[in-house]
Amino acid sequence: MSAAPIHLGGERLMLDPAGVLHWPARRTLVVADLHLEKGSAFAAAGRFLPPYDTRETLSRLALLLRRWKPARIIALGDSFHDRHGASRLPPAELEALHRMLSGIEMLWVLGNHDPEPPEGLPGTAAEEVRDGPLVFRHQARPAASRFAMAPGGEVSGHFHPKATMATRAGGITRPCFVADGRRLVLPAFGAYTGGLDARDPAIAGLFPRGARFFLLGRERLFSMTAAPSQQAVPTGTAPG
Amino acid sequence: MGTLPEPFAAWFAGRGWTPRAHQLALLRAGQAGESALLVAPTGGGKTLAGFLPSLVDLARNPRPGLHTLYISPLKALAVDIARNLMAPVEEMGLPIRIETRTGDTPQNRRARQRADPPNLLLTTPESLALMLSQPEAAEVFAGLGAVIVDEIHALAGSKRGDQLALALARLGRLAPAARRVGLSATVAWPEPLRAFLSPSGKAEDVRLVQVRGGAPPELSITLPEGRLPWGGHMGLASMPEVYRRIREARVTIVFVNTRAQSELCFQALWRLNEDGLAIALHHGSLTVEQRRKVEAAMAAGKLRAVVATASLDLGIDWGDVDQVIQVGAPKGVARLLQRVGRANHRMDEPSRAVLVPANRFEVIECTAALEAVRHEELDGDPPRPGGLDVLAQHILAMACHAPFHPDDLYEEVRRAAPYAALTRRDFDDVLGFVENGGYALRVYDRFRKLFRDAEGLVHVRDQHVARQLRMNLGTIVETPLLKVRLRGGPVLGEVEEWFISTLVAGDCFIFAGQTLRFEALDGVSAVVSRGGEGEPRVPAYAGSRMPLSTWLAARVREIVNDPRKWRLLPAPVQDWLKLQRKQSMLPPKDGLLIETFPRGGRWFLVAYCFEGRLAHQTLGMLVTKRMERAGFGPLGYLATDYVLATWSAFEATDVEHLFEEDILGEELEEWMAESSMLRRTFRNIATIAGLLEKNHPGQEKRPRQMTMNADLIYDVLRKHEPDHILMRATRQEAAGGLTDVARISLLLARARGRIIHRRLNRVSPLAVPALIEEGREWVAGGAEDALLAEAEALVGEVTGGAELFSGLLADVTEGIAIRPRDVDKPRHRERPRRNRFIRNAPKSLGQA
Repeated sequence: MSAAPIHLGGERLMLDPAGVLHWPARRTLVVADLHLEKGSAFAAAGRFLPPYDTRETLSRLALLLRRWKPARIIALGDSFHDRHGASRLPPAELEALHRMLSGIEMLWVLGNHDPEPPEGLPGTAAEEVRDGPLVFRHQARPAASRFAMAPGGEVSGHFHPKATMATRAGGITRPCFVADGRRLVLPAFGAYTGGLDARDPAIAGLFPRGARFFLLGRERLFSMTAAPSQQAVPTGTAPG
Repeated sequence: MGTLPEPFAAWFAGRGWTPRAHQLALLRAGQAGESALLVAPTGGGKTLAGFLPSLVDLARNPRPGLHTLYISPLKALAVDIARNLMAPVEEMGLPIRIETRTGDTPQNRRARQRADPPNLLLTTPESLALMLSQPEAAEVFAGLGAVIVDEIHALAGSKRGDQLALALARLGRLAPAARRVGLSATVAWPEPLRAFLSPSGKAEDVRLVQVRGGAPPELSITLPEGRLPWGGHMGLASMPEVYRRIREARVTIVFVNTRAQSELCFQALWRLNEDGLAIALHHGSLTVEQRRKVEAAMAAGKLRAVVATASLDLGIDWGDVDQVIQVGAPKGVARLLQRVGRANHRMDEPSRAVLVPANRFEVIECTAALEAVRHEELDGDPPRPGGLDVLAQHILAMACHAPFHPDDLYEEVRRAAPYAALTRRDFDDVLGFVENGGYALRVYDRFRKLFRDAEGLVHVRDQHVARQLRMNLGTIVETPLLKVRLRGGPVLGEVEEWFISTLVAGDCFIFAGQTLRFEALDGVSAVVSRGGEGEPRVPAYAGSRMPLSTWLAARVREIVNDPRKWRLLPAPVQDWLKLQRKQSMLPPKDGLLIETFPRGGRWFLVAYCFEGRLAHQTLGMLVTKRMERAGFGPLGYLATDYVLATWSAFEATDVEHLFEEDILGEELEEWMAESSMLRRTFRNIATIAGLLEKNHPGQEKRPRQMTMNADLIYDVLRKHEPDHILMRATRQEAAGGLTDVARISLLLARARGRIIHRRLNRVSPLAVPALIEEGREWVAGGAEDALLAEAEALVGEVTGGAELFSGLLADVTEGIAIRPRDVDKPRHRERPRRNRFIRNAPKSLGQA
């Protein structure tokens, strides 16, 4: 496995091919859109999806905790699929989560799916987290104008970006990071999370000067550039 | 020989008709209360034969309430038959009420039909399933005297057929006295159809009435002027000849194999249409109104020709059609006869049909089909077990109707022939799935849809569940579609969403017989305008091509192998085979010829299996898996109906090992795990079983991230509960059910010890068609990452990190002028990929 370094707001960050971000200077692991208990949310609506999504997502996360040994985790919102998600955690998963988070500072950024802090779980919740030059929020905030972006860098989730790379055997689509020098959007981490094309105006509009996509591979990332978007910066919010 | 009772005898006489023997036979069976299957060629007065016993009974004993239920695979057919029945009923003044019930029937009429059913009700399997899920079903169907299943050969063996079989089993319980009548086109094996129809699931309980076909059809093959194409399936090179024949006949149906082909042929014909002949287009993606318009114009004799897909295989009779042209190979003998039968719908006159093969292999296939018709041999697939996903839907529907006991329902379901061998374990697991998901981790108990009372009866939870079921009923899983709407004008039809997602404003494409310019997306439709510049593309549709039938495949192999049979073939095809014999060798009858050769920096392997595209596809996955393990670096493969071709970074040696029988062991297991085909199957099963929401036409679209992706569910389920009932259903359908694995295993057994490997310096004549074929699959897994790395590196090299990928869509067989196309459709549905379309009307690939 090889992570790719990237500079954002003057900070050196590592993009992990598993779809998470590590900030070595702060020993912080950042993960977006876990959508825990999405399966049971669908089950409540009459569609019995396999109830193993939380287990799957957490076991992948546990692997990354072993890899990076962070002192702090920032979950960029939509950590649960709905506001009652945390209360539906099966006992085994609840216990696993407690075990994983012991000794780690947990920051829950609130998202549109989980606008309230998760009940009965360790950690603190916040609308956004500022640390040094970086700000962590659920959904990227469009700049008021092309030149008016605040200094520093922004790290967000929400959009579940994915991108297609043309190869000689046809296009291959993977979840991806989307970044320019100021902004980084993380792919969704949850087991049942689909994706939105990173060229969609909702995402591309955030990168008026073009962006770089980092597609997730088994062992490494694959990078490609996207041309500057001709689309106007969207003012509304895309669902996620 | 019996006679007709009055007033029927007089009515027949008044039209100068004499009742046919099979009509009287069915009448006798009906009067004796026996079920019967009528197998007759088209144009034999089959439908009237089916209804005659009911009409006679109702004329004699008029009574209110439902007497006869008629089920047709096509809505339009039900409507048309109802209209045709009105004539005799009105002319004889019979006190009989006839109505239809389809998805188009308005809500208030449905409610009235429930309260006061007509004597004859004409419907479809889906509408019947819906009616049976209603609480009133018991009263509505209690007095039923007869059930007529039309075009039963088109239903049995499909998931719609499974659904119908289960519905019939339920009718057997609600109305045990009702006799059944099946109407079928000529088939090779009527036995499975008898069993399908039988109230007991046993063939011997249904009387068989067979009508030997009148005049034999007159069939011929026509070739394009000039060079015979090597590849391609569109047959456009032959359009001048097709046009000439249209001009010489009164009314022609031009049958093609895919919707994309219909659009291209239609355009090609209009380019030639200097006489301004009325030529129309008919396929399943056009709006219903458009199709009805074409059908009406056809019936009124206003058209000279219609270019049609399978959308016209069944259905309404047009007496005036005097010529059928089949463009492209027919893929099956029964299917060919069905289509040929659309011409001259009178039994005593021969049908006239012309076959227009699109390439050299298709010439052989058409020749084989002609031989088969001449010898009156038909093909047909053996019955397969009923789908467990359909059963899940049925179980929930039955609970919505009324509480049931699992033991009773199990017994009832097994009287449906496709489910005769259903094990109690599978039944219970499907029931468990409907109840609460049936997962080993029992966390969904509080969301259960069914509950059991103290007596063990199963009840449905509430009306919400029933509503959800009724929204989800049916076994046709649509791929996501978008309407195509002219700016300020009407909707022209629907195309698959992924196609539109690859268009940018200004791109043009061919649809509904016109060249259209894409303007914008507007909610649920693509707004287009007429005209447009540049080379138009043609929307392709997933899974629209029929595989070659086993039986026809064997005949093709026989002709290729036996030079004495070559005299049946046109000279260019003979020359081609001779060239193959000289440069390599002919594929042997029982052994397996495998050629390897280098080309364009890659190594190709071509295996002449002749087992049909689906079997080759599966085999391709297995062989490339083994190649990967052997370190040959396989990059992709392609399956045609005739051969399997793979290409790899390194030369494949010891090819006998690649085709050993044990490939069906380990590799099959692995393939099962990763196969995109399996994922596709799972997606359909999960949708039919009610795990995923169906796409409802016109329904408001959800953003991509919100919809559930079947692939992700599949991955999680495979890892955490690989033995779940849905996974078992998927494997059953993909492997046993589809018979490809059986076909592969027979092939490998036949080839054992008789594999002939020819190592060539260049491509052999017989391999050329495969290399210019469309529809490549690539090797998933490790290769995917390798491809990404390669693409990334290439871009870096060329542009120093800038973009511009589209120019790099190099095809794998560089040097051959081909259209790079298609890896594997549904799994990569969302990918924008220009190379999935037929970019240009393939004029002649022969020049390649």
